[in-house]
Amino acid sequence: MLAFVLRRLIQAVVVMLTVAFIAFMLFQYVGDPVTNLLGQDATVEQREQLRADLGLDAPFPVQFARFVGNALQGEFGLSLRQGRRVSQLIVERFPATIELSLSAAVIALLVGVPLGVYTALRRGSFGSQVWMTLSLVGVSLPTFLIGILLILVFAVIFKVLPSFGRGDVVSIGAWTTGLLTLDGWKHLVLPAITLSVFQLALIMRLVRAEMLEVLRTDYIKFARARGLSDRAVYFGHALKNTLVPVITITGLQLGALIAFAIITETVFQWPGMGLLFIQAVQFADIPVMAAYLCLIALIFVSINLAVDLLYFAVDPRLRIERVAAAH
Amino acid sequence: MSTVLAAPVKPSRWARFVDSDLWYSFRHSPTAMVASTIALLCLVCALFAQWIAPHNPFDLATLDLIDARLPPAWIEGGSTKYLLGTDDQGRDILSALMYGSRISLFVGLASVLLSVLIGVGLGLLAGFAGGAIDGFIMRVCDVMLSFPSILVALLIDGLGRALFPNAHESLAFSVLVFAIALTGWVQYARTVRGSTMVERNKEYVQAARVIGVAPLRVMFRHVLPNVLGPVLVLATIQIAGAIITEATLSFLGVGVPPTSPSLGTLIRIGQDFLFSGEWWITVFPGVMLVLIALSVNLLGDWLRDALNPRLR
Repeated sequence: MLAFVLRRLIQAVVVMLTVAFIAFMLFQYVGDPVTNLLGQDATVEQREQLRADLGLDAPFPVQFARFVGNALQGEFGLSLRQGRRVSQLIVERFPATIELSLSAAVIALLVGVPLGVYTALRRGSFGSQVWMTLSLVGVSLPTFLIGILLILVFAVIFKVLPSFGRGDVVSIGAWTTGLLTLDGWKHLVLPAITLSVFQLALIMRLVRAEMLEVLRTDYIKFARARGLSDRAVYFGHALKNTLVPVITITGLQLGALIAFAIITETVFQWPGMGLLFIQAVQFADIPVMAAYLCLIALIFVSINLAVDLLYFAVDPRLRIERVAAAH
Repeated sequence: MSTVLAAPVKPSRWARFVDSDLWYSFRHSPTAMVASTIALLCLVCALFAQWIAPHNPFDLATLDLIDARLPPAWIEGGSTKYLLGTDDQGRDILSALMYGSRISLFVGLASVLLSVLIGVGLGLLAGFAGGAIDGFIMRVCDVMLSFPSILVALLIDGLGRALFPNAHESLAFSVLVFAIALTGWVQYARTVRGSTMVERNKEYVQAARVIGVAPLRVMFRHVLPNVLGPVLVLATIQIAGAIITEATLSFLGVGVPPTSPSLGTLIRIGQDFLFSGEWWITVFPGVMLVLIALSVNLLGDWLRDALNPRLR
């Protein structure tokens, strides 16, 4: 057990170091900060002086160690475009992205699971075929197109929902939330639906496949033979056993949601981290890119690690196999 | 007297194709036929855009601002000269669609080709060499797979932009193709590695080794043809993915240069005019994109089932 946890931890640290290294290389080889700060006309002495002041003349490993040390404290320097501290920019934008991603995940679960159960139980019926086709379209439609279509229908034609920004937000300490105002909720509807469509289709298809698999097993037949009602068999026995993979996938997809929020945030001008990142890519704003990259990697690595450990805790077979393999 | 036995006539390639299981399964799958018709139509429109398109959207001399923002022909105010209407600069949407899908298809196909090359090469190497090389390549795959492809593509694209700040347009294309290709190779590498490890221990490979065939030759001439089946299916499905990734990157403003707009760029341009009611500028490129992606996806699904012996 300990060895397993340790190995996973080491793997996570290696991934994080690799990402940090990529971010560091970005700083190292893209653009010259000395020229940026002093302009083209500075003398050689001025350049050398500044280079020494900034610690840019230190050997490579020392610079990298310094970079990692700063990154651990959330310090990535100033944004080249906005001239503000990157850490501050990220902290401001973080709540918007998290609220959007979590809302999308909730929608995907609340709609996806029931639809998956329905299409599995009523297999071959007209309704379930319609939903299966729709889910295929949902997987094929690019996220940004869904967003644009929703804007066209609900914001332009019917004029019932706003199409950009977060609306009124309330600050609670450093966290800003749009969930406490009606205006905030209205602004959240379209982006959250846009972001959830792909995950919704995925969860629905997953639940359907798992349900069909489980319904074929012996213990379901046995439950029926005992004379349990359909309801008890479907929801008490079948659905419960399909939920473990569903929860795993949803957990893993949470990271994907945060990443895909880049697209949704661009379509709806949602003031989150994704919008910040995409503007950074357009203007080659390295510090912001590097910080976003490290943060996203941290989120992904943490989620993957948590899921791995949960799996281990939930599934006793994994433990036994490992013990058996050790002997 | 010895009579020369007539060698059995080898059927022509065409005859063998018509007689094959694949063709049979194709003729009995309406989905596959509809999907391939649509895909072919899109391909023809894209390939022959120069000759088919009613206007040349990039020829500034033919553009007239008086024709700007005309609705499609069947809506009042539209003219039959511009069947699907015009955009803000008076460019014909239909022609822009044809030229745009050419760029989308080109980037999609080129990046899939590149990622197949990288993925198959590394997969063969990993499966054949084993050991530390295998371990290293597979760890890289694990790391890449744990991040969504769009993020990796964005990162590589951003890197390319930062490295060549005043790049030429052709370079922008290469950066884009590279960015998409470098996110896609992982799946090929994993598939090929898996099948290579199975094939490696089969008798024909051992036989080839015993008679002294060089390892590289064994790798490419003997093992490679036997592991390509799944790659073909995967590549078909990935074309749709690559086209959508390209459209997404262009939509985000970090894809193809604006002077040669792909479908994603057209959608991006059109989004600004959504609120003034000119929906056609963005909706038609969107429909085209979905048509291409959906038909390629359906073809890929069919191909997977048709080539899977367990489903016969």
